[in-house]
Order: sequence, then C-alpha cells, then structure tokens
Amino acid sequence: MIEEKEYKVRLEIFEGPMDLLLHLIRKNELDIFDIPIALITDQYLQYLDMMKALNINVAGDFLLMASTLVHIKSKMLLPERDKEGEEEEDPRIEITRPLMEYLRLKELAGELSERDLLDRDVFKRHLYPDYASQFEGQEIQLDVNLFQLMDAFKRIVEQRLPDSVLTYVADPVTIKDRIAFILEQLRRENTIFFTELFNESRTISEFIVTFLALLELVHIGMVRVFQPGADKDIQLTAHFTDNEEKDNGNITKADT
Amino acid sequence: MATSLKLILEALLFSSDKPLTVKDFHLCIPDAEISDIKSALKILEHDYEVLDRSFMLKEVAEGYQFRSRSEYGSYILKLFQTTPNRLSRAAMETLAIIAYKQPILRHEIERLRGVDVGGILRTLLEKGLITVMGRKELPGRPLIYGTTKRFLEVFDLKDISSLPKLKEFKDFGSEEYEPSNVSPDNGLDKENHETDSEGGSTN
Repeated sequence: MIEEKEYKVRLEIFEGPMDLLLHLIRKNELDIFDIPIALITDQYLQYLDMMKALNINVAGDFLLMASTLVHIKSKMLLPERDKEGEEEEDPRIEITRPLMEYLRLKELAGELSERDLLDRDVFKRHLYPDYASQFEGQEIQLDVNLFQLMDAFKRIVEQRLPDSVLTYVADPVTIKDRIAFILEQLRRENTIFFTELFNESRTISEFIVTFLALLELVHIGMVRVFQPGADKDIQLTAHFTDNEEKDNGNITKADT
Repeated sequence: MATSLKLILEALLFSSDKPLTVKDFHLCIPDAEISDIKSALKILEHDYEVLDRSFMLKEVAEGYQFRSRSEYGSYILKLFQTTPNRLSRAAMETLAIIAYKQPILRHEIERLRGVDVGGILRTLLEKGLITVMGRKELPGRPLIYGTTKRFLEVFDLKDISSLPKLKEFKDFGSEEYEPSNVSPDNGLDKENHETDSEGGSTN
C-alpha cells in the first residue's frame, strides 16, 4: 500500500520514458555505460504495469521505450561476435547514447533556468501601452500575438455560432469587402474592439473572411492590434499614413 | 561631446522598456558617429557599475536596457503582487534544445526528449520565446523552430552566441540532421526575429 502511494507521487514526475529510465538507473545506482539491461527492463515493465493498475494512460512513448529495451535484451542474449570475430557494437548504445544526450540537455536546461531571468530575478522598467499611445504617431506596442488573436476569434465563433454549420452556398463576401468594412469602421472611430468586427456577421464564412481581412490589414501594417491588459478585450487601431487614407492603394494588393 | 551624448543615451534608455540597439540610438541622434555611440554606451554601463545602484545598464538581446539587480527581485515581485514568471522543467528542456540546436524540427526535439512536445511548443510560442522560422523542404513541409529576441531578453543574453557553452554539446543530437554549421545568429537575422511570430505561423 505504502509502495503504491509512493509510485503515485513519483509518476507525476516522469514526464516521459527517458525520465523513468533515468530514475531507475539512479535508484539502482547504476553506471550509465554499463546498464544491466535485464534488470532495467524488468523494472521498467513493472512501472508500466503499475501505471496501468493506477489507471494512468500509458503514452505510446513509454511503450516504444519498452520495446527498445526488450529488443536490446534479446540482442544481448545472442552470440556477441560476428563471423569475422569483429567486436560488435554494444547493443545498449541504443539507449546509452540518447540517455547521455538527455542528461546533457537537462544540465543545459538547468543552467538556463539559473540565469537572471527577466520578471523572475531581474526587472526592467514598464511603460504601459495606454501611456505610449497618448503620443500621436508613437508606435503602440504590439502586445497581441497571432495565437491570442486566434483564441479571441475562436471564442467569438463559439459564442455566436453555437451550432456552426458550413453551408456550401457561394458567398458574396470577399476579403476585399471586409477590409473595406474594417477600414470604414476604423475611420469613424479610431479605436474599435476586436469583438465589434463580428457584430453583423451571421455565417461562419463571414466570420472567417472578416478574420482573414484583419490578418491581412495587420500584415500590411494598416491596423494595429493591442490589448490594454491581460483580461481586457483586444482592440484595433488604424495606422494609416495620409497617402494610404486618400487612395486605398494598398488594399487592392491585399486580395491577391 | 562625449558627456552630452552619454546623457542623451541615458535619457533614451530611461524612457524605454525595450532593449535599445545602437541602431535605435543612431535614429534618434543621427549626427553622432556609431563608434561614439558605442563607446558612450560602454562608459555609461561602467558608470552605473561604479555607482553600485540597485539597477544597472545591461547588454541584452542585441541592445541595452536598465535592469534591477537580482538581489532586489523579491521586493519587486511584492510590488507587482505577482508570482515570478516560471517555465516548467519540460518547457525549459525543450527551450534548451531549441536554443542550442536551432534551426530545429519538432520531430528532432521529440527524438531528444522522448516525448511529444506539441503542447510545450505552443506554450513557448505563446510566450514569444520561440518562433517558426520557416518550413523545411521535406515531406509534409515541417515547421522549423528557433528562439526569438524575446528569449534573449528574458534569459539575459547579449546575443545567441553568448549562450553558456558545453563542449560536448556540439555533436549533441546531430545524428540525422545536418550539423548546424550555420551559427545561430546567422540563421536569425533581426528582421526574422521580429516579424516571424506573426508571419511565420500564418503560412
């Protein structure tokens, strides 16, 4: 009973087969260059059984390593020498090498995390985007990345199209239309919320086309996207130069 | 001249929250020679060192930035009432592989770590520490990953070549992938760094 408890705690630490293998090697105080493969294989398989017994989903990675171990074990049982009497490579190299790499990797990761990390050990000065944007023409820090934008989009689609069905009706809405629409909104009010873009959209293709139009505008630098704070809504601002505002020269480029 | 230039640089650094590069300074003071800017920065860096303040001028991410000294980190954390920004061990290991082996493909990372890294890659991408540098001309056109300028900033690195070195790491994992003769900073010119986080992942 006690043993099982112990496993439970430890298993959380085993992120993958390599971790488990290293743990077994350390626990048995083994030399990584001379691993008793039968012992390690047995213990490794015991762990897998234990994981199954504890209803932990054994990932394929663990099974792959198990098969590698069994394979090595079987190789070790075969005669070691070739017909020419040449020394064969130790079959255990198949796990020794990756283990060595893994150890070095851990060492490097350790060194990295010991550095003076920003926002953990050391801090820089903080200027807030709102503050910077008070100055006309000053670049607004692009705080929103593509993933955040996509997450926001996903939320909108989920909220407003609970049972989204893709219909194959030719849709008249084009990216070009939606670019014009976004720019129109931005001309009226300098800053709009990301969610506002989708107020009039009814179909999934309208959502998507609007989103693509926004990406295009960000890409060509006519719209800037930012977020005043982690929990705040994403906002868009226009970023036209005077020329672009007069003739929408850049926009035609966008629908290619 | 040297004195006033130094103070202009100081003022710019004081009012910025991003590391400023020599190029940034030059844009603000076009009359100054690049070499003068560089030497003034060195003097300024030294000035703060000598003053022994709670913050210093640090060369990070190919630029200069004022940073607090690590001794005062715990107080600052209280001020912001946040927990420090931490990466899980798995994320740190994955990041280490990418930092040392970039440009690298996902399956190469997985071979080294022995586990799926999809979720971790996404986290690192979200944190802006890594970026998609492009696609490899292989079946399935897999994405190529590398670290960003943000990574240098967070990990207190001047540039990618100032990563702590381990001798043996040169041959690390270079079993099937061509050994990256490309020194990481060649592969990652500045433009890539800044734009890829949006551009790279859209294709």
